[in-house]
Amino acid sequence: MTTATAAGAATAARPATLAQALTRALRDAMAADPAVHVLGEDVGALGGVFRVTDGLAAEFGEDRCTDTPLAEAGILGTAVGMAMYGLRPVVEMQFDAFAYPAFEQLVSHVARMRNRTRGAMPLPLTIRIPYGGGIGGVEHHSDSSEAYYMATPGLHVVTPATVADAYGLLRAAIASDDPVVFLEPKRLYWSKDAWDPEEPTPVEPVGRAVVRRPGRSATLVTYGPSLPVCLEAAEAARAEGWDLEVVDLRSLVPFDDETVCASVRRTGRAVVVHESGSFGGPGGEIAARVTERCFHHLEAPVLRVAGLDIPYPPPMLERHHLPGVDRVLDAVGRLQWEAES
Amino acid sequence: MTVLEQRGTYRPAPPPAWQPRTDPAPLLPDAEPYRVLGTGAADRADPGLLRTLHARLVTGRRYNAQATALTRQGRLAVYPSSTGQEACEVAAALVLADRDWLFPSYRDTLAVITRGVDPVQALTLLRGDWHTGYDPYEHRVAPLSTPLATQLPHAVGLAHAARLRGDDVVALAMVGDGGTSEGDFHEALNFAAVQRAPVVFLVQNNGFAISVPLAKQTAAPSLAHKAVGYGMPGRLVDGNDAVAVHEVLSDAVRHARAGGGPVLVEAVTYRLEAHTNADDATRYRGDAEVETWRGHDPVDLLERELTRRGLLDEDARRAVREESEALAADLRARLHEDPVLDPMDLFAHVYAEPTPHLREQRELLRAELAAEAEANADAEAQAAPEGATR
Repeated sequence: MTTATAAGAATAARPATLAQALTRALRDAMAADPAVHVLGEDVGALGGVFRVTDGLAAEFGEDRCTDTPLAEAGILGTAVGMAMYGLRPVVEMQFDAFAYPAFEQLVSHVARMRNRTRGAMPLPLTIRIPYGGGIGGVEHHSDSSEAYYMATPGLHVVTPATVADAYGLLRAAIASDDPVVFLEPKRLYWSKDAWDPEEPTPVEPVGRAVVRRPGRSATLVTYGPSLPVCLEAAEAARAEGWDLEVVDLRSLVPFDDETVCASVRRTGRAVVVHESGSFGGPGGEIAARVTERCFHHLEAPVLRVAGLDIPYPPPMLERHHLPGVDRVLDAVGRLQWEAES
Repeated sequence: MTVLEQRGTYRPAPPPAWQPRTDPAPLLPDAEPYRVLGTGAADRADPGLLRTLHARLVTGRRYNAQATALTRQGRLAVYPSSTGQEACEVAAALVLADRDWLFPSYRDTLAVITRGVDPVQALTLLRGDWHTGYDPYEHRVAPLSTPLATQLPHAVGLAHAARLRGDDVVALAMVGDGGTSEGDFHEALNFAAVQRAPVVFLVQNNGFAISVPLAKQTAAPSLAHKAVGYGMPGRLVDGNDAVAVHEVLSDAVRHARAGGGPVLVEAVTYRLEAHTNADDATRYRGDAEVETWRGHDPVDLLERELTRRGLLDEDARRAVREESEALAADLRARLHEDPVLDPMDLFAHVYAEPTPHLREQRELLRAELAAEAEANADAEAQAAPEGATR
């Protein structure tokens, strides 16, 4: 994709990683608003284990980018108090499965405080969580925990899949007056796109999906780490004569029924693809919503391609768990094409 | 040179120097709970403070009795009484300046109203017409927290934020003996000490976590001793001695405000009533124990002192009684009125803007309410005698 910049003569776009775009978003948000504070484990001198907070402590001081004790409930709980006092904390949870100690704070306080106080005490909080597998991580480093957060009213849940979205969505999350669980696909941290850090993406409000690849045969509905898989599958599907449309949700809550359903009404077929398990996972909700709204446009049941419903496997076996191109194409093949003729 | 020849020349490096990071001695609580009433120190207590504490304690006792009665009448869904703990409740609110913050747990509505919150608004959670009935920013009182100890990190974060902003604000966070077993208690105290946040943690050790006595909760010498492990001072006080609690908490607030960091105060008290109206305390404790504590009642202790000092004449007694009864009468009158509920409020504050799927559900409920209203109107029309005129 980096060669695409050749066309735009004036642009300073060059290959940037998703992690770099996140860092830039944090830096710009901190520069724009002194109320923005970053806190978490190893976010200071080290710059975070994925280096997303690189340089922030040096630039803004340790009071703005703070290494905390190693205690996730304490990190999120103190961030709640900071938000109560008018700050705009951005919390880093080091890994998906290490965010679970903060679950009670998230569910019992973060998600409810606005509602509990009839709007008097909103909590403008961003909770950054690296999630998903595919990086060879050992146990507890690869969970797809989005279904827990989606099932909690009061939270927004967003996840970027591109470098530009990493910047735009994180700025939007920090600007939001509601708590946002910001899920960072860790296997895409080092993925590159042409991106101009001096003219970053415009910041859109959270909640809109986007069609990443137009197509006519069927819709792949996906997000985060599965987007590249779906785009690759769509390319491979051309050989089978299928022209697949790929929708990147970007936001799981709010859910963009409009964009998803418009696509499915055009194509008549849909497959939801995610790493999270299928049983009780996001795909079930998405399939139900699509079916409820687009039943008469559907040529086949909505299918799900998901991680297996097992505890996350050890790294040497994770390729069997993660939805890959073949599993996506198999599902597309099962969309009752023969019934068409 | 052979390996054998090297033998004897090897000198291990000395271990890195070690010394305790803090001297634990000044952090240790006293061996006995600190007391003022009934000791020589009582003579030094300020008459004005004694009168204020007395008025608030007597009114607080009446408030507890009235709220409990309203629960029996079905006007509150549940009421966790602080009868017997009024000294802690009142002192916690009185030691704070206006700009300070109070972080109560669910049993602390008396502290909340002593801080100035309207009693009916303070009881909203327990009445059940909403969760928090007051604007936390009006009197700087956080919402009553039902999940145990989870409000403590909030107090730390708020106090830390205030300090970062250069504001002279102290947070006082209340928790019970059972709450000290929760992970959030540990994390909050640790964060507060590391960040030197101006927080006062008040543990009301009332003897029981619902039915479980303290001995099954901790093996620590006292709950105040837990402070030492975090590097903050622990203070042990007789929680039924209003003057002592007021003094210890005032000192702790002063210490925190001056930049000395957090303080943990354990106030030893007793829950004279059951956990809530739904609890049966006879299943886990004997009358004799309760009677012993009734002999150490916070209101009586204070009255004895005022009487001894000649600070409580009949006029003063009458004034306090009238104030208490006025509060109780106001509570009865306002809580006997049915609250006005709007079911559409259920969607109003989940997010700043409702999500599309919440908007759909809001319309569903609106349609259900309209159908319900129509059915009620039809039923009324049918119930009315045909041709009846008015």
